[in-house]
Amino acid sequence: MRYLPGTEADRRAMLAAIGVDSIEALYKDVPEVARRAGPIEGLPMHQGELAVERALVAMARKNLDGGSAKGFFVGAGSYRHHVPASVDQLIQRGEFLTAYTPYQPEVSQGTLQVLFEFQTMVAALTGMEVANASMYDGATAATEAVLMAKRLTRRSKAVLAGGLHPHYADAIRTYARFNAIEIDAATLQPAGAPDLTALAAQVDDRTACVVVQTPDLFGRLLDITDLAARCHEQGALLVAVFTEAVSLGAVTPPGAMGADIVVGEGQSIGVPMGFGGPHVGLFATRSKFVRQMPGRLCGQAVDEDGRRGFVLTLAAREQHIRRDKATSNICTNSGLCALAFTIHLSLLGEDGLKQLAAVNHARACTAADRLAKVPGVQVLNDTFFNEFTLKLPKPAAPIVDALAADGILAGVPLARLLPGQPELADLLLVAATEINTRDEIETLATALEGALS
Amino acid sequence: MSELASIAGHKGLQFDEPLLFEMDCPGRCGVDIEQPEAHASRLGGLARKGAIGLARVSEPQVVRHFTRLSQQNFSIDSGFYPLGSCTMKHNPRLNEKMARLPGFADLHPLQPIATVQGALELMDTLAHWLKTLTGMPAVAMSPGAGAHGELCGLMAMRACLEARGDPREVILVPESAHGTNPATAAFCGFSVHAIPADTRGRLDMAALKAALGPKVAGLMITNPNTCGLFENDLAEASRLVHEAGGLVYCDGANFNAIVGRVRPGDLGVDAMHINLHKTFSTPHGGGGPGSGTVVLSEALAPYAPVPYVVHGKDGFDLVEGIGAESGESFGRIKGFHGQMGMFVRALAYMMSHGADGLWQVSGDAVLNANYLLARLKDVLSPAYDGPCMHECVFDDDFLKGTGITTLDFVKALIDQGYHAPTIYFPLIVHGAMLMEPTESESKETLDEYVAVVRDLAGRATAGEAEAFRQAPVHTPRRRMDETAAARKPVLTWSPEPPATRAAE
Repeated sequence: MRYLPGTEADRRAMLAAIGVDSIEALYKDVPEVARRAGPIEGLPMHQGELAVERALVAMARKNLDGGSAKGFFVGAGSYRHHVPASVDQLIQRGEFLTAYTPYQPEVSQGTLQVLFEFQTMVAALTGMEVANASMYDGATAATEAVLMAKRLTRRSKAVLAGGLHPHYADAIRTYARFNAIEIDAATLQPAGAPDLTALAAQVDDRTACVVVQTPDLFGRLLDITDLAARCHEQGALLVAVFTEAVSLGAVTPPGAMGADIVVGEGQSIGVPMGFGGPHVGLFATRSKFVRQMPGRLCGQAVDEDGRRGFVLTLAAREQHIRRDKATSNICTNSGLCALAFTIHLSLLGEDGLKQLAAVNHARACTAADRLAKVPGVQVLNDTFFNEFTLKLPKPAAPIVDALAADGILAGVPLARLLPGQPELADLLLVAATEINTRDEIETLATALEGALS
Repeated sequence: MSELASIAGHKGLQFDEPLLFEMDCPGRCGVDIEQPEAHASRLGGLARKGAIGLARVSEPQVVRHFTRLSQQNFSIDSGFYPLGSCTMKHNPRLNEKMARLPGFADLHPLQPIATVQGALELMDTLAHWLKTLTGMPAVAMSPGAGAHGELCGLMAMRACLEARGDPREVILVPESAHGTNPATAAFCGFSVHAIPADTRGRLDMAALKAALGPKVAGLMITNPNTCGLFENDLAEASRLVHEAGGLVYCDGANFNAIVGRVRPGDLGVDAMHINLHKTFSTPHGGGGPGSGTVVLSEALAPYAPVPYVVHGKDGFDLVEGIGAESGESFGRIKGFHGQMGMFVRALAYMMSHGADGLWQVSGDAVLNANYLLARLKDVLSPAYDGPCMHECVFDDDFLKGTGITTLDFVKALIDQGYHAPTIYFPLIVHGAMLMEPTESESKETLDEYVAVVRDLAGRATAGEAEAFRQAPVHTPRRRMDETAAARKPVLTWSPEPPATRAAE
């Protein structure tokens, strides 16, 4: 057992020092009825590294990974981007990888400084003043934003825009059900410009917040300035959501359009898709709301010698101090993914991020123009960043399955995200990023044409 | 003043590292990205105007910056980390290698089901291990961390009670519970009623009996508890709670003490989260990500959150939406299917150890903790009699009259090359110091640690108070003014002097 340093001689010596004759004797507080005489049955015995590796590689090979696909256009909340080699090398340094939550600041300055840099970057990207040190993912960050809006406004209604990612909306509904929050959901409207005026009309003096996503589920970019003004007139908060962090390199950030809380998914920057997790939730807001924020916060401090350093701060909001009065029950966050995000964004910098975003947008424009030429196919969006919705002349799911059988991952049929809505059956969400070459776009277009004919 | 206090830049291997933003230099970039092809913008007039505010640095600068920052961290790879209340054990690199296989890492959660059969097989296999090890019939895979798992378990309990037409309001939480427990109960819309610990550091059964009644939705207990003790009355407590119409949530964060030896299902538990990152060795990453899978009893299984893996006619399938197919599921709590990266690591660890190895893992963890207790009980003051489980707790009695606090004592330990144990927790122990050696530490390491702690205890009682108050000195920074940091929080960098950028 290569992970265990204890030898039989060690164990005997230690048992003697304790004054018992067996390890089993140390379990005397476990009632007899619940104690097992030997290892739990029904599971295999230990295996060497080679055997375990073989078994897991065999499982991995049963999947079609993004790099092996002939074309990869799947988005809807998780995106395939190129991650510079330095990112994974650096996060695998044991001093980052195997450190604990930085409760002892003197020996955790590395992690703490990274979190401070992360917070600064997230605030800059979103156009807000403060950010926390990460959440589990974008969907849970959105739920925490709604709960925070309830605490701040002492109101208990949340209005959800129709273009909000259905998984985010479902997570909010789940939390709402157990927190006496009423949900007022706008109707879905996949084609044309989204009707933000109608959404604004749903805001009243019982509304704690409106949750609106941009780019939205269908890929459309929204100007939420007027919506923010309407929210503020009514004493409500505007929660802006994004699922594609790279978009913030190209578009006006929600903070500049009047959003009060900006939340989203940071996976696009530095974190692999990983079949949906772990991802990294981003959460930013205005300084005046900081004491109602959920999660960890890293703050600047000085040590006894007057030198700048960093600590976890405002712990009075947190569960280990405030118990049932805490702003959230979160303690573990996404520290290592936040590190990957910070390293990748450091490499990109101001110019690199803008350039990356510009390439994403250009590639998506190319893809949209090419796919619109496939007979019977229509691009529904007027605006988008790197993702758009196609209307096909046939149901999208079987087409996607047929293309997948040929090694092309064409996108997400909206019916998968919004089952039971026959009017969405023909819609296909397609994402294009810097990884998609013109050849891949051509491959997709040709294959789609073949499948539709 | 410390001998190291004069170091402003670096000397030898002592690094001071500026913030990335302070290295900004126009014209530098750490990536080469091609020019975008010509196209008409579809941004609808929403193109970003002005600077974002990100620093411009080259790739070598980035590599050096983060390498130097890493060197300011204590980690399990660099030394013994006798933390209590959270397991800091060896993190096998095989797990990292497996989690990075493109067939797991480079998969999109919404790819067609036929293209992710291996991933679903892995989730199903991991679920089988977890169900077998706990003796529970169902498992929810999606929770993102332990506290998220608690929420998941309580939501299932609430959904179950509501479905019975018996919505109840109160969750009983022993004082020895993790701080997340009452916070979670409150977040799930329950009110919290605290149950005291008895003199043995365990659930006070008389207080439990007195508190049970028609309003009680359930008990939320940690086992082994935060005093490092096995709740030996849990089976009886579960029976009483069930008789009173309630359900039992067990915080399984300390499952590593009993894994392979005790099945929580045999103790009458209805829901329990398992921190894959603790029991099955995912690195803590400086604060996550974790994974808080939740095992569920027959009574709660129907209410498990979506998504979940099922056996379909063409292999594995995934139930993702809320509707007829998902039955009584209480809903969704996370964006996608759960922490796949952690699932791979956990399964690699489980397969490496096997049923026999896991038996040894928990046994060695408990052996090591009891060895520490035995070797230190004459110089520190143990809060409870042994045996303990995977961690042992001392109070501050041994520091009485020295003028040295528990905090001073553990900061001195940092100067000796050890990470500080968890202190002032559990709350029910005065001046608590909680130590968990884990199974991956050798007897030699424990012996060295014991020698250092014994020496420090001797110096504490010999009146070296001032030296303890100065500690640590051999660290990148000395003690921080945390009060000032909280009073005027500075949470982001900006080029202005700090006084003008305080929040609020």
